[in-house]
Amino acid sequence: MGHETAEWVMVGVVIAILLYVGVDSWVVQKEVEEVPADAETVKVIGQQWFWSFEHQDGTKEVNTLHLKKGHAYNFEIYGKDVMHSFNIPDWVVFEDVVPGHVNHAWFAPDQAGEFPIQCREYCGLLHYNMRGSLIVEDTP
Amino acid sequence: MVLELKKPRPVWQIMFSTHHTDVGLLYLVTGLAFLFMAGVLAMLIRTHLFFPGQNFLISDSVTFNRIFTVHGLTMLFLFALPVANGIGNYLVPIMVRYKDMAYPKLNAIAFWMNPIGGALLWLGFSDTSWVSYAPYSVIRAPGPAADMMIFGLKILGISSILSSVNFVVTILKCKHPDLPLRKVPLFAWSMLTVSLMTLVAMPSYAAALIMLLTDRLGVSGFFNPTAGGDPIAYLHLFWFTFHPEVYIFLLPAIGMMYELIPRFSRKPLYSQGSGVFAFVMLGMIGFASWGHHMYSTGMDFTTKVVFMIGTLAAVPASGMHVFNFLATMWGGRIKFAAPMLFSVGGIALFFSAGAGGVLNSAMPLDFISHGTYWVVGHMHLFLTGTIAFGFVGMVYYIFPFITGRMYNEKLAKIHFIMMLWGTVQVFFTQHLLGLEGMPRRVYDYPAEYSSWVQLNQIATVGAWILGGGFVAFLINLLYYSSKGKEANMDDPFGLGGKYYYPHTAKNPHHIGY
Repeated sequence: MGHETAEWVMVGVVIAILLYVGVDSWVVQKEVEEVPADAETVKVIGQQWFWSFEHQDGTKEVNTLHLKKGHAYNFEIYGKDVMHSFNIPDWVVFEDVVPGHVNHAWFAPDQAGEFPIQCREYCGLLHYNMRGSLIVEDTP
Repeated sequence: MVLELKKPRPVWQIMFSTHHTDVGLLYLVTGLAFLFMAGVLAMLIRTHLFFPGQNFLISDSVTFNRIFTVHGLTMLFLFALPVANGIGNYLVPIMVRYKDMAYPKLNAIAFWMNPIGGALLWLGFSDTSWVSYAPYSVIRAPGPAADMMIFGLKILGISSILSSVNFVVTILKCKHPDLPLRKVPLFAWSMLTVSLMTLVAMPSYAAALIMLLTDRLGVSGFFNPTAGGDPIAYLHLFWFTFHPEVYIFLLPAIGMMYELIPRFSRKPLYSQGSGVFAFVMLGMIGFASWGHHMYSTGMDFTTKVVFMIGTLAAVPASGMHVFNFLATMWGGRIKFAAPMLFSVGGIALFFSAGAGGVLNSAMPLDFISHGTYWVVGHMHLFLTGTIAFGFVGMVYYIFPFITGRMYNEKLAKIHFIMMLWGTVQVFFTQHLLGLEGMPRRVYDYPAEYSSWVQLNQIATVGAWILGGGFVAFLINLLYYSSKGKEANMDDPFGLGGKYYYPHTAKNPHHIGY
């Protein structure tokens, strides 16, 4: 096998791998972005340097978010001052907080416990400490 | 025609010269000086993160934020660009067989903007992070620091446009008429590609900087939502410049490896055509992928898919470069002197960085890795692992031609081993740290996350090893440039046979290929 053939084989293999990655992430992302119809809306407001939350029934919380196991939640993400990023790493919830825009992310926790919430976009002085916690309760 | 340091000349004669080798030397010395300065900042960052807790080395987060900002700005604009321009100044006119750069005075002006821009960045010491996202950089970033950064970057941007114009004209218009463009050596091709890319990419960031400045002065509100602007506009303008800029940093290093690998494999290059094709492809596809930095800003599904395809499209061309290097080495009588070691190490790390990049560009995986230490590891694997490896290899290679003396080969090998070891240990570990969810640009992290603590400590030790390698480099540069053994100028690396060194050309007009 000459070098020329080998190079074409290499390019072919690379393109095949890329096609697999591309198609698979298209399928997965399509699925991930499908918000269930019964998802409850939770308003998230990010500002220097804390998180505030507002549930559908009007209850408000700061830095600690209480949700119920087995329900789907759709976050409506608002920004007040600079850019932040709303992130619950254990549940792969990640969306930028952009002042002037409303962003969305959803998830449905199927496991109870306490999970960290953090900011993943540099936002100044206390960026490192813009942390909260998510408490998923076992009550049905 | 080289040998600047061997035949003693007063330093001001080099400083005020417009000859391409003198300007090249100035670029190289400045770029390497800034490399060591920014390297010290990197050591401070890593050492600080060794322990969780706020008062370990850097006592407040503002200082920490300023340090990582200036580290990033310096490495990109004051190390990567000047060193590529320095080597380009040395080699490109000789490779196209012209007596100098097309516009020698413009060349010197473009260089002298670098120390001025650098001084503004370092005296300001801004805390906006190198991306300086609006609205933080508009409404919150403190005082003269951010404005000095904007002016500094403005000057460096103009310098980069001027030197690009110069390279384009030198290669396209001043090339010897007997030398067809397709036969121009691949390093000159890489400089041509990145210069054309700079001319297309840079204006968008130049506009963004002016808009940022007027926003800061309060006379406009382009990026300030309270004045009716939109921060997303800044992100588009910024990444339209800086995704192509990734290739502007990368391609000269690849071009340098094209100089080194055939020479030290004692074999002709496998394929000139495939190298040219891959450069031109990357130069165009580089403009199709800036949106992958913005998946999580609320981009809709279709836009994300388009930018994912644009990003993945860059992979086959990068693979062609790697293939070209391997096929050139295949069956060669390879001499593993320092320049070759750094090239081979650079290719291996380029491959692993590229493989990690495919994962980043896949949309669902990006939501795991974006904004975490994964990204820090990924982009440093390109910047240190590929770009710095190529540059350092080239500096070792060109060292005897500039100084007339040999560097210490044993010390250079120690440098290589420590740099490779350190790079792998720091940046592979940072990938894992990202998967554990640690955000980037943090001054402190909770002590109760034991995996974060362990991985940070592994990475910090790796950074010290990497830094130790650069101490060896510094000794080689400072001591052996004046005290080293005299080099055999016909064949400084003992490759045997008759090999063509472009820099030995007495009169480049009359050298045949």
